[in-house]
Amino acid sequence: MTTKNVHVKIDEMKTNTGLIKNLELSIGKVVDESWAEPMGPTPMPSLTTLRDWDMKLLNRYKPFYMPDCDLCCLCTYGKCDLTAGKRGACGLDIGAQSSRIVLLACSIGAATHTGHARHVVDHLIEKYGRRHPIDVGGLNVKVEAPVTRLVTGIRPETLGDLEDVLEYCEAQITHCLSAAHTGQEGNNLDFESKAFHAGMIDQVGMEVADIAQISTLNFPKADPEAPLIQMGIGTVDTSKPVIMCIGHNVVPSVGIIDYMKDSGLADKMEVVGLCCTAFDNTRYYDRAKIVGPISWQLRFVRGGFADVVVLDEQCVRTDMFNEAERVKAPVIAASEKNCMGFKDRTNDPADEIVADLVSGKVPGVLILDPDKVGEVAVKVAMQIAPIRKKMRVLPNINEIVELAKTCRQCNLCQRSCPQDLKIPAALKAASEGNIAPLTELYEECIGCGRCEEACPVKLQIHSFIVKAGERFMVEETNLCRAGRGAVQDVEIRNVGSPIVLGEIPGILAVVGCANYPHGGKDVYDICREFALRRYIVVTSGCSAMSAGSYKNEEGKTLYEEFPGSFEAGGVLNVGSCVANSHIAGAAIKVANIFAKRPLRGNYEEIADYIHNRVGAVGLAWGAYSQKAASIAAGFWRLGVPVLVGPHGSKYRRMLLGREDKPEDWEVYDARTGDKVNVGPAPEHLFQTVETPQEAMAAIAKLCIRPNDTWKGRSIKLSHYIDLHKRHYGTMPPDIHLFVRTMADVPMTMKDEITAILEAKGWKETVIPDPTLLPRMIRKKKE
Amino acid sequence: MSCEPWQCAEIAATKKANAITKPEVAVAMIKRAARPILVVGSNATERWMEGRQLIDYIIDFAKASKVPVVATAHMVGEFLKRGFEPAGFMSAMDIGNRLVDPTWQGLDGKGHPDLALFVGLPYYMEALILSGLKHFAPDLKTITLDNLYHPHATWSYPNGTLEEWASNLKVMTSKFEGGQ
Repeated sequence: MTTKNVHVKIDEMKTNTGLIKNLELSIGKVVDESWAEPMGPTPMPSLTTLRDWDMKLLNRYKPFYMPDCDLCCLCTYGKCDLTAGKRGACGLDIGAQSSRIVLLACSIGAATHTGHARHVVDHLIEKYGRRHPIDVGGLNVKVEAPVTRLVTGIRPETLGDLEDVLEYCEAQITHCLSAAHTGQEGNNLDFESKAFHAGMIDQVGMEVADIAQISTLNFPKADPEAPLIQMGIGTVDTSKPVIMCIGHNVVPSVGIIDYMKDSGLADKMEVVGLCCTAFDNTRYYDRAKIVGPISWQLRFVRGGFADVVVLDEQCVRTDMFNEAERVKAPVIAASEKNCMGFKDRTNDPADEIVADLVSGKVPGVLILDPDKVGEVAVKVAMQIAPIRKKMRVLPNINEIVELAKTCRQCNLCQRSCPQDLKIPAALKAASEGNIAPLTELYEECIGCGRCEEACPVKLQIHSFIVKAGERFMVEETNLCRAGRGAVQDVEIRNVGSPIVLGEIPGILAVVGCANYPHGGKDVYDICREFALRRYIVVTSGCSAMSAGSYKNEEGKTLYEEFPGSFEAGGVLNVGSCVANSHIAGAAIKVANIFAKRPLRGNYEEIADYIHNRVGAVGLAWGAYSQKAASIAAGFWRLGVPVLVGPHGSKYRRMLLGREDKPEDWEVYDARTGDKVNVGPAPEHLFQTVETPQEAMAAIAKLCIRPNDTWKGRSIKLSHYIDLHKRHYGTMPPDIHLFVRTMADVPMTMKDEITAILEAKGWKETVIPDPTLLPRMIRKKKE
Repeated sequence: MSCEPWQCAEIAATKKANAITKPEVAVAMIKRAARPILVVGSNATERWMEGRQLIDYIIDFAKASKVPVVATAHMVGEFLKRGFEPAGFMSAMDIGNRLVDPTWQGLDGKGHPDLALFVGLPYYMEALILSGLKHFAPDLKTITLDNLYHPHATWSYPNGTLEEWASNLKVMTSKFEGGQ
């Protein structure tokens, strides 16, 4: 990095004048220019530095707005009705308002990951010191922080270096958020550009969080053979005390695992996790277990499995304190961002807190010292388990039958269900003694509990569904690869050429949350389809869990069936939400390590390279959160297309190309300066797909890039055509737009495609050295 | 029959769909339209009425009314399997995006549609697309043929049973020459 703090810490020093204890001294910064790479044009970009790049993308991929609400309720001039062209009191119209909400969502997401990173870095510096080295993969990973290097121009070498990076992120998020204030920005595309900015910052924040924890907590370091972790409620030995950690921040869990091991209790209890904390727990301790994705919080707690519930941050059910109290499971809130209304007991003696929780004097406590969280959680679990005896609040089948008779068939449960599940019919059947229809809802239920909130006779409908599906729940015994973290530089060198030339047909990143339209099996099916086709399949977060939750005919999960390396046909789990940064990092490293494009503070050129050459596409089959929005936005700015499943339409804005407008698909040929039409490659930057079948065809198409060689294009077209024919029953209607020369045409389909090309009046074109940036043209036209 | 949004929270502000009280009303509007299209979503094979799938009712209706069909998702294959060729197929987002573009000249290149019928998309997706059209395609009229009330359409059937839905579709089909 360019600057360094001089930091002196003295624990104890005797001098002639006295004793000095715990002295810390910072005396400014010293310039360190050991990094030979010159600074690029855009280190630490401001809100507008990359605006021109954003506008290039936004003019090609124009927003299609689908307002989720006709009103704006953000200031006291309002509510303002913005229906169909009306402007509000501030002058904003519904297009700008919709993009403003997108900016808010992305800013919240970026703030959440960056706040997470700040907490992790501050804690780890306190524990390991500012000079603790960054190490995410030993000698295999020289480019340790590709996103950070690209965006900020900083090469972080120590934990202390990450503080400078975070200061930049925090300032930018503040600016992004401020732009959403009434009377700031007014143009929808400017809001969009700022949403991209928030997304880019989000990637930096995520990277900082993950490389800090990888470097200090002995997580797998870019390890393709990271351990296989037990996953599913059926893997938990419920005869032992169980601590369940929910959220995303591993720090309190580390306190729990350390205390448990130090106390010799590792064989006497279970530590399990839900959502991303589960992943990071298992990266720290491979005997921790993953219960499942975010949507399984209610089923695990109501099922009585957890003796102590530890909440950190993000995606935690905010009524968890109520739910846990129903089964007499004490709650420990462990994050400043999620205090749950509990009294702060951080400074109280651990044994007093334990006594209060075990006796039921208080249902929960706030403890902000992770070591104390560990001690309290372990002691409470050991003491309360024999008392609780896995108390549960699931009704038995007979009770369900009786209670279902009180159902009024008012339909409010179904009308409140995000999945539109046919609950009234299932309850009617249950009232007649047939539980099977309720059981069928288990797989598709996303565990939100809205059905119960809507029910006028207060039926515990979610509990009914969980009980009816109990057999599936307790039989869930799967394996998931622990998050491996970054992609090695050597892996990038091996696959860089075939990716850029198109011979590896694409990189599919299956990421996001668990609000799938019809259960997690679709995630597994999509991942397996593309792994078998020798795409590189990368997973993270709740999707990585769903990908591992099903087995092939030989009884193997995806992570057993396919290698965990970044190679054709690999299925690799990078880890938790913050590990998504490694997916962006891999694309960036292709540009830098394989193509030797300068990285440092050189965002626009690298994004232009990725957009035109790296056939990567993200799929968030379930995506519910603001963090998912900001993660997507980070990929949009890099020019990487993102698909979302049906619920993702509620992000209310798509970024869609128009393949019927040839003028939108021109690039410069960097060799000559000529403008060349490259077709809709990739066609969209953000799109909702309705069915898994549509997703598969869209993924194959969105991996097509202008730079593909004829051989690569031919391979990509083979997959696109094959998937399209299989699922759509017909040839793609746009195939002529992707054929540049006859050499692009897959050999086995030559006659069929030639006839189409003739009918469409197709003309041969050239394969350019593609760029959207005039400054990248090497030879200017006269 | 209720004119409340099927999904309770899908509330419109000041511009809310008119209720189609009987299928003849929808038929009259379709007959009045110069360039209607019918967008058919993936529930076409998920919904069953009287032992037939929704897609079968839609094929009957499309053949009778001659309204060009745009199949979303992978539904084109389902139409082709049944010997019916839609006028076009594209993703739900793509057809929505084209409909808000006043320069788009329709599937046949002869002019922008003046009426868009929707049926069989996941409720929330259809609601969002109809919202987009309500806000950004002021000259376009929209009708949903679903049995669920969609507040963002111009015209929508109230929430109804599967039997009512089947009946409405059959009556509509019968009111066109080809449906006699």
